[in-house]
Amino acid sequence: MRQWRQDGPFEMTIDSDLEAVLLVQDAIALQLKSCHFEDREIFGIRLALEEALVNAIKHGNREDRGKKVRIELCVRHDRVEIGVADEGPGFEPEKVADPLAEENLERPSGRGLLLIRHYMSEVTYHPPGNRLTMSMVRVHGNGNGK
Amino acid sequence: MSSQPKRRRLEVEDIGDVTVVNFTDKKILDEQNIQVIGEQLFSLVDELGRRKILLNFRNVEYLSSAALGKFITLNKKVGGSGGKLVLCNIDPQIFEVFQITKLDKLFKIEKDEQSGLQSF
Repeated sequence: MRQWRQDGPFEMTIDSDLEAVLLVQDAIALQLKSCHFEDREIFGIRLALEEALVNAIKHGNREDRGKKVRIELCVRHDRVEIGVADEGPGFEPEKVADPLAEENLERPSGRGLLLIRHYMSEVTYHPPGNRLTMSMVRVHGNGNGK
Repeated sequence: MSSQPKRRRLEVEDIGDVTVVNFTDKKILDEQNIQVIGEQLFSLVDELGRRKILLNFRNVEYLSSAALGKFITLNKKVGGSGGKLVLCNIDPQIFEVFQITKLDKLFKIEKDEQSGLQSF
């Protein structure tokens, strides 16, 4: 895993290796902790990041180690912005089956996007769908990050 | 990176005829671990023939949607063999994940191990 580039927003590029995901999460969680984000906020960001990175590596790059995933992080006192980009062909998020539909409740997969949207304030997939930007706007005083 | 050895991810204890499972990891997040956890959970049903399983989440601080997928598959396996799966001791933040995904309706969830054991 490459190190953060720290001139401006943090930026990191990783191989399409699922083992790297936890290391990225730990690095970002540490960064958030040092900026006094609350545990509840870090929980949601961490989960959203997990889902986004796994999607990028598994579905975007199809675990091709020759392809990279780029992660951008910008932490401000009132919000955090995260970008995740893979080298895959992209996808259309609106075509993902609704995991809350009765007929899909017992499907073992397809909940990642739902969780990302729940925990983050803004989520955008940029055409052709291989770059995601998401942000959490902090609500000061009650520890509710969304 | 090299693949990790398949160390035991579960602590399994029989209490009466109920198999109580504790997770050794605080974070059931990364795919590698989840794969191993899934294999070890499924073997309880497929190889060891356990029919009453109580998953105790007391150690678990994080889990991802991939982990939920393993629990859903386990639930189907247990149900398909005429058994019962119960979850207990779920941290409020993790319980919220079950609520967001409506899986709190799919799984039988109890407050603690004692009430979990009594629910069989």
